Amino acid sequence: MADTLAGAVPEAPDSLPEFPMPREARCPFDPPPALKDLQEKTPLTKVRLWDGSEPWLVTRYADQRAVLGDPGVSADTDSPGYPTKASPEGGEGKLSFIMMDDPEHARLRRMVTAPFAVKKVEALRPAVQRIVDDLIDGMLSRPGPVDLVEEFALPIPSLVICELLGVPYDDHALFQENTKTMVRTTATPEQRGAATREMAGYLAGQIAKRLADPKDDLLSSIAGRVTAGEIDHQQATEMALLLLIAGHETTANMIALGTLALLQNPDQLALLRDSDDPKFVAGAVEELLRYLHITHLGRRRAVTEDMEIAGQVIKAGEGVIMANEIANRDPEVFPDPDRLDLTRDARRHVAFGFGVHQCLGQPLARMELQVVYGTLYKRVPTLKLACALEDVRFKNDAFIYGVHELPVSW
Amino acid sequence: MKVELEADKCVASGQCVLAAMDVFDQDDDGIAILLEEQVGEDRLDDVKEAVAVCPAAAIRLVEQ
Repeated sequence: MADTLAGAVPEAPDSLPEFPMPREARCPFDPPPALKDLQEKTPLTKVRLWDGSEPWLVTRYADQRAVLGDPGVSADTDSPGYPTKASPEGGEGKLSFIMMDDPEHARLRRMVTAPFAVKKVEALRPAVQRIVDDLIDGMLSRPGPVDLVEEFALPIPSLVICELLGVPYDDHALFQENTKTMVRTTATPEQRGAATREMAGYLAGQIAKRLADPKDDLLSSIAGRVTAGEIDHQQATEMALLLLIAGHETTANMIALGTLALLQNPDQLALLRDSDDPKFVAGAVEELLRYLHITHLGRRRAVTEDMEIAGQVIKAGEGVIMANEIANRDPEVFPDPDRLDLTRDARRHVAFGFGVHQCLGQPLARMELQVVYGTLYKRVPTLKLACALEDVRFKNDAFIYGVHELPVSW
Repeated sequence: MKVELEADKCVASGQCVLAAMDVFDQDDDGIAILLEEQVGEDRLDDVKEAVAVCPAAAIRLVEQ
């Protein structure tokens, strides 16, 4: 099928590939084969989305960075031509600054950048190490098997972002369940809307408490912006919602999917288990971020000023999708890209995006993953999958890729 | 070589600090700060990496 697509005239509607494309069940860590074919054959093609719209798909690393770094694109889901993932995206309202353009995006984003600075995050490392060690102690105190997602991968980033924001971790059932619904592509708009409203209501209540009684946490700092008249209560709630969701869903999937990928590549797992070099572990985290690309539905933008990409003019009002998973497998940038190689220099990957919207929490995500990958396999050297690989359920039905459960024993 | 930083473009990703910790730091809001304007051969690779990974294209290396 890809052969006929490669030379297709973009206007011929029946020949357009649908996006997203299905993965190969036998290669759950690799991008869809059709996406790989496209990257080899054409840097730019039109695709068809769930709603019949036909945005451009950018397949190559350099082109993706060029688009994401261009001020002529908009991340506002209301911009004409914006390629939406589902209807209505995010349920109610906007997910704060990630769905805005500068200067408002920069104004709001800068209100919450402080705790994510590299040195502030580094100061949290001992606390994260304790969380990881305690969870491993808990796992090892039982006979197994356990679900690594439920018992380890999800609690770590949840505990950390709750502590940072000041959200009581005791309420985790409420926000973890609702988040699952919000990121599930098969949820109905009504289900996603209800989950979003319940989360927003909960966080609005937390912010109201901080308005009356400020503490030393990020929610109080956001509430302070409301008091100062810089944002209203709804904007504060949307900001808190964004940070809470982004803070735990992504890292949790990196931990579980990363562990599965390492169990399938025992030679690479051995490198991590046997290394005491923090630099090696940091490099391994970058390679796993590159290789796993858990954001698998592409970075999406609406073009607001005509731009030329790969010799083709994309017009204002057209949508464009950067399939970042395939950019991270671009052989021009990463030789032998489909090989998980923890010794390679993978720092230029686009797992956190590129341009002004690049992930705000990336120093925190990196540190959490460094602690996890640098600890789990040393402390549990006999860790193994407790089911057949064929029985692992992959999250092809979610905005963030990963595994639904990961039964492990030791 | 001279390093130039446009701090008002910075999006506080912290990547420059990770690439070259003795050339870049962050202020209280996470915005990049230039610690050294002149870099010698020994620091050049790290600063080039910082230029390459900066998502906001806020860092440049200038020949003198």
